Amino acid sequence: MIFPGPVKDKLIKYCFLGAASTSILIVLLIFGFLGKEAVPFLREPGLGKLLDSRWVPVSFVQERFGLLPLVTGSLVVTMLATLIAIPFGVCGAIYIAEIAGSWEREIFKPFIELLAGIPSVVIGFFGLIVLGPIVKEVFGLSSGLTALTGALLLALMSIPTIITISEDAIKSVPRSYKEASLAMGATRMQTIIKVIVPAALSGIIAAVMLGMGRVIGETMAVLMCTGNAPMVTLSPVEPVYTMTAVIASEMGEVAFGSEHYRALFWVGLVLLFATFIINYIAQKVLHTYQQR
Amino acid sequence: MKKRLVVMLSTILLIGSGLAVDNAAARKKALQVKGSDTIVHMATEWAEIFMQENKDADIAVTGGGSGTGIAALLNGTADIATASRRIKDKEMGLAKKKGLDIKEHTVARDGIAVIINPKNPVSELSREQLKKIYVGAYTNWKKVGGPDKKIVLTGRNTASGTYAFFNQKVCEKEDYSQKMMNLVSNSAIVQVITQDKWAIGYVGLGYLAKNKNKIKGLKVEGVAPSQETVVDDSYVINRPLFFYTVGKPQGRTKQYLDLILSETGQQVVTQAGFVAIK
Repeated sequence: MIFPGPVKDKLIKYCFLGAASTSILIVLLIFGFLGKEAVPFLREPGLGKLLDSRWVPVSFVQERFGLLPLVTGSLVVTMLATLIAIPFGVCGAIYIAEIAGSWEREIFKPFIELLAGIPSVVIGFFGLIVLGPIVKEVFGLSSGLTALTGALLLALMSIPTIITISEDAIKSVPRSYKEASLAMGATRMQTIIKVIVPAALSGIIAAVMLGMGRVIGETMAVLMCTGNAPMVTLSPVEPVYTMTAVIASEMGEVAFGSEHYRALFWVGLVLLFATFIINYIAQKVLHTYQQR
Repeated sequence: MKKRLVVMLSTILLIGSGLAVDNAAARKKALQVKGSDTIVHMATEWAEIFMQENKDADIAVTGGGSGTGIAALLNGTADIATASRRIKDKEMGLAKKKGLDIKEHTVARDGIAVIINPKNPVSELSREQLKKIYVGAYTNWKKVGGPDKKIVLTGRNTASGTYAFFNQKVCEKEDYSQKMMNLVSNSAIVQVITQDKWAIGYVGLGYLAKNKNKIKGLKVEGVAPSQETVVDDSYVINRPLFFYTVGKPQGRTKQYLDLILSETGQQVVTQAGFVAIK
């Protein structure tokens, strides 16, 4: 080697530092890029346009770029998906971590990993062809493309995340807690519900938050299955247009540098901000529970 | 970090400038076809076939919109302007002033079929009724003589030229209802119509033919959508697609136009979901 020992050490150190800071660099670049493309919208036509109540980006009358329908759309789908995913994810994790025998675990684990690995476009396809008509029949709707259909699919996609991380949290509860509880005469179920789950709660909440993060950013499945109607509604059985779907659907052909183009970057910024908030809350919650 | 950044940026710049030089070189001798985004895919396909047959020929096809194309033709930066609308009087006047003799060539037609589920008893709508449905004034099939069922409104997303065309021709430039689903493809619309008995949508005429047993094309103003009714202009939701040239086409331009109007050229039209004129 041409480099003497200490220099080599340093070199390697910098290589690792570089690799580690790449993600910081990329996050900053993305923020910068989004901001750069979005900012001109402030001057022309002005931020007020984003507060409009309708999203009509192509119009012969008046182009309107209200983010409200998109924000409510994302909100409905995300909340609903999280509510559906929590019982399945958390109960599943408890079962796998505490109740299931090792052979059962060996069956569950690969399937959960498989579920996590299904491409979202395939899940979207499944939603369009199979789940949509079922939702339509069960709820007696006129169309199967609703917020609920999308939420069910997203729940399906976030369940593996929630199970895997919750399971880790449950497993990391010290053995002594469990043994103490059992020794006091508590049954196995009492121990799980009153001791283990509260002790693992911070991890479980973090798991749910991370699941939520996946849900809000998911695009393909919602684009295919939520109907994409830009109306302001909080009803789960109406079609909604989410922020991710708008970007995916409209970015492809939008005139570069137009108001519509800039407005789409604002949608991206809002989306990024929402994920940022979710992550921040998750960190906060984790921190509080860890201190207790 | 700094060095890495420099390397990264310079690579990007290098590639970027390379592409720019390449484009400029190509622009010099190639036949420039510019205009409508609706036509750009077909024009590219024709250009590819043409260049395969004529190895030394070079055609550059770009979009940007009908107006852009016509402006480029008048400026002399394009040899052919493609347009999904007829040239405006104002543009014609500008051409006259410049002493240019603009020739119009119809290369294909675009027809949009309004489709519903075959189980829906409605079979005909007037243009006015269709407009009322799409701007959200009518939300129930009973308003147009159907059963008492809510209308599920579907349409294309804004990326589609059809979105604007239908908006202009049927809604007469009024905004679509906000309840209209913005679906990402013709096949997504067909899919919804197949599943939802009370849905309505619109697709290129080509798609109606391909899915005849799954969907029903509505008569508009009493005329069923078909190749014939689009060509003779009796079916109203249609438009001709034009090529504009300065003077009578000659040389490469003429050869290219001949190819487009040939059987091979018109097959491209049908495959792209438009209506062949021959």
